[in-house]
Amino acid sequence: MLILRTPELPSSEITPRELFEGRRRFLRDAGLVLAAGAFGGLASAPATAANARLAPLAASPLSTNEEKTSYKSVTTYNNYYEFGTDKGDPVDNAGRLVTRPWTVRVEGLVGKPRTFDIDELMKLAPLEERIYRMRCVEGWSMVIPWVGFPLSALLKQVEPLGSAKFVEFVTLYDPKVMSRLPVLDWPYTEGLRLDEALHPLTLLTLGLYGEVLPNQNGAPVRLVVPWKYGFKSAKSIVTIRLTEKQPATAWNKAARHEYGFYSNVNPQVDHPRWSQATERRIGEFRKRPTLMFNGYAEQVASLYQGMDLRANF
Amino acid sequence: MTTMLHAPTRTQLAGLKAALFLLCLVPAVRLVLGWQADTLGANPIETITRASGDWTLRFLLITLCVTPLRRLTGLNWLLRLRRMLGLFAYAYGCAHFMTYLWLDQFFDWMAIAHDILKRPFITVGFAALVLMTPLALTSNAFSIRKLGGRRWQALHRSVYGIAILGVVHFWWLVKADVREPMLYAFALAWLLIVRAWWREVERRRQLAASPPVPAFKGKVIRIVPADK
Ligand code: HEM
Repeated sequence: MLILRTPELPSSEITPRELFEGRRRFLRDAGLVLAAGAFGGLASAPATAANARLAPLAASPLSTNEEKTSYKSVTTYNNYYEFGTDKGDPVDNAGRLVTRPWTVRVEGLVGKPRTFDIDELMKLAPLEERIYRMRCVEGWSMVIPWVGFPLSALLKQVEPLGSAKFVEFVTLYDPKVMSRLPVLDWPYTEGLRLDEALHPLTLLTLGLYGEVLPNQNGAPVRLVVPWKYGFKSAKSIVTIRLTEKQPATAWNKAARHEYGFYSNVNPQVDHPRWSQATERRIGEFRKRPTLMFNGYAEQVASLYQGMDLRANF
Repeated sequence: MTTMLHAPTRTQLAGLKAALFLLCLVPAVRLVLGWQADTLGANPIETITRASGDWTLRFLLITLCVTPLRRLTGLNWLLRLRRMLGLFAYAYGCAHFMTYLWLDQFFDWMAIAHDILKRPFITVGFAALVLMTPLALTSNAFSIRKLGGRRWQALHRSVYGIAILGVVHFWWLVKADVREPMLYAFALAWLLIVRAWWREVERRRQLAASPPVPAFKGKVIRIVPADK
């Protein structure tokens, strides 16, 4: 829908992955899977910003072993309204986003406010692969192998003050490459309670499928909060601000009665336009029941003890 | 050429209808082929739901274009295509509903009943489809004869309300970007305003041309101001 110029993707940004896959297929077909480790150099395509492989990656006990959604679906079916409101728009338009140089400012109620360069962030903590379920408020879901580290590792570096209660995430808004239509109140902002932000599941995310984040998935750095609806996981973050008051969030400002501050996945509380009881896992035919807190109740339910989740939707 | 354009023969009209019929099937065929070839994207059921919904509304609006188009061009035979276009609107509406019932909800009747009662956008879409049903059922020569032209026409005027419900359904289902439903709203508004305008012109013409009131000998009871 959005009329933007087609991105000028250097061919180097798309082909290497195909090369890589092709090689992997070749290796498999040739029955050389065991030898693949030895030929590791073969598999690492020339590093460019958009497809550089991230390694080494620690596995995480927090990962699900459910079947992963295909790389193609994960990278072509996106909600990233700054690049258009159709699911196919971001992959077409986000190529124009420049992700280097990039800095993330961490400020507000912290002892040591700091600006981190993206390359610094990449090395701030050991990178882990976290295979999470992702549930969109629209009633579909995916299983995505993210790469990143707990947001708490970053927050510890800046020493949050006792008065900090919330964390606000401000994302990039660059009208030169993004939509100029006031679909939402740009820049897109999101927020978490500080204890949510410090939860071990909350991931500062730099990649997926073992490579640097594709632009349409929120490059170069985004948030992933797997027990909340997808829109809580802000993309292309430029500022992280610790605050005393609950920050305003983009979708809440757009439709107060539809998107609450918490937006925890909850099959019992319907969205006015969609039932949240079930979801369609991308790639599957039949819908499946949606799980409380997207299946992460064991880890996160205690955060909301005694809260009325219907009122605090 | 001009005669063919203005007064096509029976065979020419039949050929035209057959071609239009095939053309109207194109969106459906593309969806079926796309489903088989798995080219409908990451969420093919959503793609089908949206495409069938889009075409229901488009065919409704195309059907509403026939009368103004005929008036503007003087091509009276256009009217002979209207029934088919209207029935295609209904057929795509039924396909849209079937996609929802079958592919989307998989006949989960509890969820479906809940949706229809609780979600305003589904309520409105459902109402539109229910209201289209009597129009589709009476889109034949027998019904026109049976009902009589006036009553048939009165019944079929409900298509304006149905089209409004269709646009409202679309408007209410988008999350934030209302540009597309707005486009349909403008198109529909234009089609309705044109009709209202022509009706007004016709009323004025009839008023102006009405024969002088025959001389009346008794007492006159004025019900309109004398200067009117
Ligand atoms: C039983 C009746 C109906 C039901 C249950 C129904 C349901 C739906 C659903 C679930 C969607 C998809 C929403 C989404 O993807 O977020 C949709 C979209 C749509 N429907 Fe319906 N609908 C019905 C009748 C109609 C009718 C009668 C029309 C036309 C007059 C219509 C036109 C549309 C349009 C234009 C869309 C949007 C397509 C797009 O996003 O491009 N629907 N409908």
